[in-house]
Amino acid sequence: MIRSSFTDRHLHWLFPLPAVLFVALLMVFPVLYTFVLSFSNWNLTSGQPADFVGLRSYARVLAEPRFLHALGRTIAFTIAAVAIEGLLGVAAALVLNRAFVGKSVAKLLLLLPLVATPVAVGIVFNLFYDPTIGFFNFVLTSFGLPPGLWVSHQKTVLASLVLVDVWQWTPMITLIVLAGLAGLSEEPVEAARIDGASEWQIIRLITLPMVLPVVLTALILRLIDALKTFDIIFAMTGGGPGYASETLNIMGFKYSFEYFRMGQSAVILVVLFLVVFSCSMAIMKLRSATEQ
Amino acid sequence: MKNRLLPTAVFYLVVAAMALVVLFPFLWMLSSSFKTQVDIISWPPKILFDPTLANYEKVFGEQDFLKYFLNSTIVGTAAVGMSLLLGLPAAYSIARFTQQRLAVFILLARLMPGISFLMPWYIVFSRLGLMDSYTALILSHMLIALPIVVWIMSSYFATIPRELEESAMVDGATRQYAFLKIILPLSGPGIITATTLSFIFSWNNFMFSQVLSMEKTKTLPIAVYNFLSYAEVDWGGVMAAAVAIMAPAIVLTMVFQKYVVKGLTMGAVKG
Repeated sequence: MIRSSFTDRHLHWLFPLPAVLFVALLMVFPVLYTFVLSFSNWNLTSGQPADFVGLRSYARVLAEPRFLHALGRTIAFTIAAVAIEGLLGVAAALVLNRAFVGKSVAKLLLLLPLVATPVAVGIVFNLFYDPTIGFFNFVLTSFGLPPGLWVSHQKTVLASLVLVDVWQWTPMITLIVLAGLAGLSEEPVEAARIDGASEWQIIRLITLPMVLPVVLTALILRLIDALKTFDIIFAMTGGGPGYASETLNIMGFKYSFEYFRMGQSAVILVVLFLVVFSCSMAIMKLRSATEQ
Repeated sequence: MKNRLLPTAVFYLVVAAMALVVLFPFLWMLSSSFKTQVDIISWPPKILFDPTLANYEKVFGEQDFLKYFLNSTIVGTAAVGMSLLLGLPAAYSIARFTQQRLAVFILLARLMPGISFLMPWYIVFSRLGLMDSYTALILSHMLIALPIVVWIMSSYFATIPRELEESAMVDGATRQYAFLKIILPLSGPGIITATTLSFIFSWNNFMFSQVLSMEKTKTLPIAVYNFLSYAEVDWGGVMAAAVAIMAPAIVLTMVFQKYVVKGLTMGAVKG
């Protein structure tokens, strides 16, 4: 009896304790470890213990054109993917926001890309993109257009990867916005319709502003994931040709697990972490702002 | 209720076009998996062809695919099970004692880039001799599953009226008894959502398994990826492998469609 009253009084920290310890051990400790390593120039294959060199790894990595290009590519990929997914996703949600025959089938179809294994998706698109046997070049040449090199060319590789991301993740925005639209009150729309507003006016002036907080949250969730895109890039191009599709995530992966330059890799990971962390903090701020 | 954005005929055309765009890669993958190599590389692409099971026989026969299938299942099941064990009490506490900071702390594991944990894990797990072990792989996949469980279940518990366990506690039950005997039995739908989604995310994970697993614990996504690099030209085999890896997640999604939609959208829609 006394024991149970003890657990009752302390339940608010006893219950979450195992989960908190787990996250501390598997997330907080590793992140701190990465941070510490970023002040070393440790190379795992050297057999030497880590040598702490202050900011020298930062100076070296941050000045490297390869790093700056990867940073720029990460941002470009993310902005392009999220902008296109946002536009298409919201448009699709507005179109689908009505009762129709087969709506539940349509929703199921929207789920499929979201649960498809990204590595396998990348491989299927590689088949589409194949310059000689690929379906995309078949379509282009059927219309008398010149065939493209898609992921095999430095100039088109990033856009081709964006297209895969758009195919896979636009439905996520659509589903979230659809759920947001379903929760809106009908009254303002009905009132505007009675006042003779056009459908376009209703969407622009009433529906979109009402659903805006949901759209913003969906976009930022997507933004955070797009910054970390790894599977499709690694599986489809490995960051190539050359370094033409190397993002921070891919570059960090190579520095860690191909070159074993842990110190410099840690610098890349710290930068990626800070970029993602500031975006994540922005989402929390934005959510509490839109709730008021 | 009625949205008159598009006339009905145009509307159905647009919906059909969207469905085609979504389905096309799946259909192409599926049909290629039944094609011979000759049919796959024929130009123009063949719509009609003699289907063959040779690709599946090859993948499941030569490639030890069943072992990788089993590995993915073991890792996913254990990671989700352990995450429920740790996550359900935490989620309950977050919901009942409004511990927002705690929720954000655990959610950070979902938001932060996995590679910033993976590099230190690699060093530590190597030292501990845990490379290519189920332990390391399950621990890493728990960091995928746990935030999903906590995120979904804390919202779910918040929708269950407090009065339920409070009246039981007035009658002398302890809170942990009320949680186990009253709240959990009511939480089936939430637990289904959390389990399905976190299992799918574990199933699809590539980066953690690519680094932490080798021959013994190799999971399906790694097997599919390796298959590509060994046999770059064997598109039929690769497509059969891709079908095999996607099928379970898609079947789960079809069975639990309602729950999956809820799980994927709730974070953004609810406050």
